Amino acid sequence: MNQKRAVLLLKVVLWLGALAPAGFLLLGMFVYPDWVGANPIERLTHVTGMTTLILLMLTLTVTPLRRVSGWNPVIRLRRPLGLFAFFYALCHFSIWFVFDMVFNVTWMLEDIAERPFITVGFAAFVILIPLALTSTKGWIRRLGRRWTTLHRGVYVAATLGVVHFYWFVKADTRLPLVFIAILAVLFGARLQAARQRRSGRRNKEPEAATAASGSR
Amino acid sequence: MVIRRPPDIPSSEITPEGVYVNRRKFIAAAAIGAAGAALAPRALRAFEDDVDQEVPARFRNMRSELDERLNSYRDVTTYNNFYEFGTDKDDPAKNSGDFNPRPWTVTVGGHCNRPGEYALEDILRPHTMEDRVYRLRCVEAWSMVIPWYGFPLADLIRRLEPTSNANFVMFRTVVRPQEMPGQRARVLDWPYIEGLRMDEAMHPLTLMATGVYGMDLPNQNGAPLRLIVPWKYGFKGIKSIDHIDFVEEMPDNTWKVSNSREYGFYANVNPNVDHPRWSQARERRLPSLFRNHETLMFNGYGEQVAHLYSGMDLTRWY
Repeated sequence: MNQKRAVLLLKVVLWLGALAPAGFLLLGMFVYPDWVGANPIERLTHVTGMTTLILLMLTLTVTPLRRVSGWNPVIRLRRPLGLFAFFYALCHFSIWFVFDMVFNVTWMLEDIAERPFITVGFAAFVILIPLALTSTKGWIRRLGRRWTTLHRGVYVAATLGVVHFYWFVKADTRLPLVFIAILAVLFGARLQAARQRRSGRRNKEPEAATAASGSR
Repeated sequence: MVIRRPPDIPSSEITPEGVYVNRRKFIAAAAIGAAGAALAPRALRAFEDDVDQEVPARFRNMRSELDERLNSYRDVTTYNNFYEFGTDKDDPAKNSGDFNPRPWTVTVGGHCNRPGEYALEDILRPHTMEDRVYRLRCVEAWSMVIPWYGFPLADLIRRLEPTSNANFVMFRTVVRPQEMPGQRARVLDWPYIEGLRMDEAMHPLTLMATGVYGMDLPNQNGAPLRLIVPWKYGFKGIKSIDHIDFVEEMPDNTWKVSNSREYGFYANVNPNVDHPRWSQARERRLPSLFRNHETLMFNGYGEQVAHLYSGMDLTRWY
């Protein structure tokens, strides 16, 4: 009961936090122009892009956090975080397609083909699409093990997203470097966990052998 | 300092300010009804209502030579790049409050007969100030139409009497990390440096600006003295200039040093030479939301300046 309440509380915080940037931008567009400034589309693009990256990092934090804290229910935040990340990626892409590419598919394809910074950003977005579509219980069941493999794509998407940000800034790479550092920590945590699992298995094998011989 | 101002418009010609300021709201309300007005993006409407009460009346109907509307004083002074105050577009307006542009000294050096330290007043005194409406095309593919206030750089250069060794003019922005928080991090190689070939510097379109909308430059726009070269990308328009040097060799300008693959010395607006990360064929003419405004060769000043570059490969000399 307590655990349920804690998860519920966290989910409320998650929803409020994840919707806050969208609310900020909508209010800026329709009520308080000062919030978005003289170039609202640039502000919209930056905020949605940044929010996507932050949410992707949070999504990737859930699993290591579960392992470190030992508190399993935290895993229930992973899907909503991932879906919100996709929501902002979709906004980010749509704003670019509508206001920068002006619905012109030829211009869009040219940009994707010719500019590595756009290429990696677009690739990250495309990778997230099947992950968002297969996030339901039904798809998890249907895909079984393959679901886990497919959803490892989030590592690729997050990496490409951070590279996209790094290549985007003109000179001030400080913030992109922060994201690179966060990614490194998150990947490091996974590598370490994988190593522990492997050595854990090795340690268990002799035990299992002993147990088997004991039962004989 | 002699300041020539256009004759005042008779008061009978002037629409009462309240009506003028609200005219779009009035028309919009009449046309699409209050409900529609409430739904229209305010971000847009605010910029459409871009008659600022604080600007002199002569700007109310001013247009560029291509009949373009001016961007509002508010847009011009709250959205720009000036990395000395931070890398976001609203940082210069937010972080330049402590900057003190007076008193100001400009140090002139290099190949000229009149080197020395000049008080700003002595730099400006002989010149007649004028309004110049120019398009400002940022290398980031947005643009504004801005009424600068200043005098031709050529007039100043003539006074300083460059010698025959002076092939280029080099400008430097002041270094004051205490007053310019952006300079406390080495995002760029301070001081900011820009330069022009002598014929570019002597071109009548090239402006030393001291103001915008007929008023002194606010700190965030490069007070007290900045360069405007309307056929080049905005980063050539170096701000808060405290050094002018006449040099033989092409100066290493800051953005070129920072990333020479993306930024060159000439930086002429050119829709046919893309920035590696985006097309330069189109721009977002603020306050428009869409990046669908066709970029003109030399930002539309080709007739006046194209001859400066005849025979040059502008793909190589970007």
